[in-house]
Amino acid sequence: MTNHIETDADDHADDHGHVAVDGTVLDAELIEGPSVATPDVAEYASWLGDDSLVLAQQLGAWISRAPELEEDVALGNVGLDLIGHARSLLHYAGTASNQTEDDLAYWRTEPDFRSLHIVEQPNGDFAHTIARQFVVAHYLFELYSRLRASGDATLAAIAAKAVKEVDYHRDHSTQWVLRLAQGTDESRRRMITALSDVWPYVDEIFRDGPLIDRLEGIAVRPSSLRTAFDEAIAPVLAEAELEIPRGFVATGGGRDGIHSEHLAFLLAEMQVLTRAHPGASW
Amino acid sequence: MTTPGDSAAETWPLWEVFVRSNRGLSHVHVGSLHAPDETLAVRNARDLYTRRSEGVSVWVVPAAAITTSDPDAKGAFFESPVGKNYRHASYYSKSEGVKHL
Amino acid sequence: MTSTITPDTSAAVDISVEEQQFNDLIEADSRIEPRDWMPEGYRKSLVRQISQHAHSEIIGMQPEANWITRAPSLKRKAILMAKVQDEAGHGLYLYSAAQTLGATRDDMTGALIAGKARYSSIFNYPTPTWADMGSIGWLVDGAAICNQVPLCRASYGPYGRAMVRICKEESFHQRQGFEILLELMAGTDEQRQMAQDSVNRWYWPALQMFGPPDDDSPNSAQSMAWKIKRHSNDELRQRFVNMLVPQAAVLGVTLPDPDLHFNEETQQWDLGEIDWTEFHEVLAGRGPNNAQRLQRRRDAHEEGRWVREAAAAYAAKETARKQSALTTTTEMAAS
Repeated sequence: MTNHIETDADDHADDHGHVAVDGTVLDAELIEGPSVATPDVAEYASWLGDDSLVLAQQLGAWISRAPELEEDVALGNVGLDLIGHARSLLHYAGTASNQTEDDLAYWRTEPDFRSLHIVEQPNGDFAHTIARQFVVAHYLFELYSRLRASGDATLAAIAAKAVKEVDYHRDHSTQWVLRLAQGTDESRRRMITALSDVWPYVDEIFRDGPLIDRLEGIAVRPSSLRTAFDEAIAPVLAEAELEIPRGFVATGGGRDGIHSEHLAFLLAEMQVLTRAHPGASW
Repeated sequence: MTTPGDSAAETWPLWEVFVRSNRGLSHVHVGSLHAPDETLAVRNARDLYTRRSEGVSVWVVPAAAITTSDPDAKGAFFESPVGKNYRHASYYSKSEGVKHL
Repeated sequence: MTSTITPDTSAAVDISVEEQQFNDLIEADSRIEPRDWMPEGYRKSLVRQISQHAHSEIIGMQPEANWITRAPSLKRKAILMAKVQDEAGHGLYLYSAAQTLGATRDDMTGALIAGKARYSSIFNYPTPTWADMGSIGWLVDGAAICNQVPLCRASYGPYGRAMVRICKEESFHQRQGFEILLELMAGTDEQRQMAQDSVNRWYWPALQMFGPPDDDSPNSAQSMAWKIKRHSNDELRQRFVNMLVPQAAVLGVTLPDPDLHFNEETQQWDLGEIDWTEFHEVLAGRGPNNAQRLQRRRDAHEEGRWVREAAAAYAAKETARKQSALTTTTEMAAS
C-alpha cells in the first residue's frame, strides 16, 4: 500500500495531509466464483458460512472488553477473518436462490440457520471463549485443509485463503490454552471448567448426514476429520496437563436447523436494526 | 542502559518492535508493545504493526535486553567522527566535475 | 532564546548548555528524542498530552463497539470492527510513545480508571442510533484528523512518528463515516431522519473538540512555544468548518447552526456562538456517559487481571524451566 503523508509544508491546502492512494492495489474483498451454487452446494456453504458468522458475531462482543488491549486487537483480527469467510460462503450460498449474503444473514430465522451448537455457546469468561476457539479453530483447520481439494472451484478457493487464517487462529488459541492451564491456580481452574463446558458440543462437529453423501468430492466428510483433530489437540492438552473431559454429549441438530436457545438471542441482536427498516440499504 | 520506558515493575514487560517491509530493506523500529513472553510478543507485533501488509519480517526484542548509547556520554561516544571530514566524498572538491569519480 | 549563565558553578553552565541545545532543536524544527535533556515542564506536558490522546482512543472504542453486534450489513460490521480495532492500535502506539518518557502502561491505565486522567470529552456522549457511526466518522474523526496532521510534526520524535502512523490509518475512518451518512441520506425517510438527527447531536460537540477559544486556553501558549501544539484552537476549528460545509452539501444534511454564513471578506465560514456550558459540564464529569465509559474500562481491566497474571506466571515458569534445563546441560557436560 503506497499511502504517504506530506508533513513538511505547514500551509498546504489539504488539512488532512496529502494521502495518496494511487497505486494501492486492493485485493478482492470476497472470493467469488464463476458459477452459481446448486441447492445442495448452497446448503453446505451455509453450514460453513453460518458457523463462521455466528462465531464472528460472538467475538465482536469482546472488542473493548478484552483482558488487555493487545487482545482486543488479536480477537478483532480473528473476528474479521471469520466475517470474511462468512461473507464469501454466504454470498456463494445465496447464488442458488438469488439472495445476497446480507439477505441470508439478516432475514433468516433460527430454523434456517445451519450453525453448530458449539459456536452458539456464550462467550462466558476469557477461558470459555478460548476453549471454544481452540476446538473450533482446530476443526476448521482440518476442514479447510481438505476443502482446498474440493471439486467445487469456489469452495476450493475460499478454503485456500481461509486455511492460512485459521492456522493463525489455531495457534492463538493454543498459546492461550497453555498459558491459562499452566499459569496460576485460578486460571487453571477456569480453563478446566471451560473445557468441560465446551466439550459436550464437540461430537456434533464430526457427524455426517445425507447432504454429505450427496456431495461426495465436493464437501469434506465431517467424520473423516475426527482423527486428525484428536491428534492435533492431543499434544497441546498433554503439555497443558488437561484431560479430555468425560460427560455429557449434546444431541445437537444445528445442521438441521435445531439450535440451542442461545441462537435466538444472538440473532435477535444481530438482526434488530435491519428488521426495523425492511427494504433499506445501508 | 535499556531503551527508554523499560520498567521492571510492569506485569507484562515492554518489547521493542522492528519491521522489515520489503526484501532488500533493513528492519526499522516502529514502536513498542507489552507482552508476557516472546511468543505472544511477536504475535502481538504482527497484529499491531502489520494489519495493512506492512511487514515481511517482524523482530521483537525485550526492551531490557537492548543496550543504548547514553546521550549524557554523547560527547565522548560520538566525538571521534566530528572533524574527520576526509571520510566524506564532498571533502575532495578538486575532483568535482571529473567523470566517474 | 538566550539562557542566563550564572557566573560561579560549572554545573550551572552545563545545564544551560543542555537547555540551549534543547531550545536550538526546537527552533530549528528538529526533533527531541527520548533521553535528550528536556525541561521538566516539557516532559510533563508531553506525558499529559500523549496519554490523554491514548486514553481518548481507548475510550473512543466504546461508543462504536456499541454497534458492532447490531451493524446492519456484514460489510458494515467488518468495517466497524476494523475501525475499532485500529483505535485500540492507536491507543497502543500512543501509550508506547508516552512510555519512552517514563510513564508505564500500568500507571497510565490506573490513572484513567481512577478518574484522574483526562480523555477527549466527545466520547462521553451516547450512540443511540446507527447514524451515529456515520457522524462519529465524519465529524469526530474529521475533527481529530485536523488536530492530528499538524502533530505529525510535533517536536517530540516518538510522538510525531506515532502520529504519522495514526494519520495513515485514520484516513479510512472519516471516509467510512461519510459513506454511512451518504447511504442513509439516499435511503428511506426514517433513515434520512436518523442521519439528520445524529448530525444535530454531534455537530457542536465535534466543534468543541478543538478546545476552548484561544483566550480561555491556559496551556496552549506554552505548548505552542514548545511545538507540541502547532496551531491554535480557533484556527483549527475554523479550518474544520470550512471543510465541513461543502461536505454537508454533498450529503444533503443541514448543519445545525442557523448563524453559519459565508464571509465574503475573509472567504471563510463564520460560526454561530458556541455554548460552552455543556462542554464544561461534560468535562467536569456531568456528561451523559462519563460514568459508564470509565466503568466499562475498569471492568475490562479488573476482569482481565487473572488472565494477565496467568500469562505472566506462565512466562516466569518457562524462564525458570529453561534456566534449569541449561544448568542441567552444563552440569552434564562438566561431569
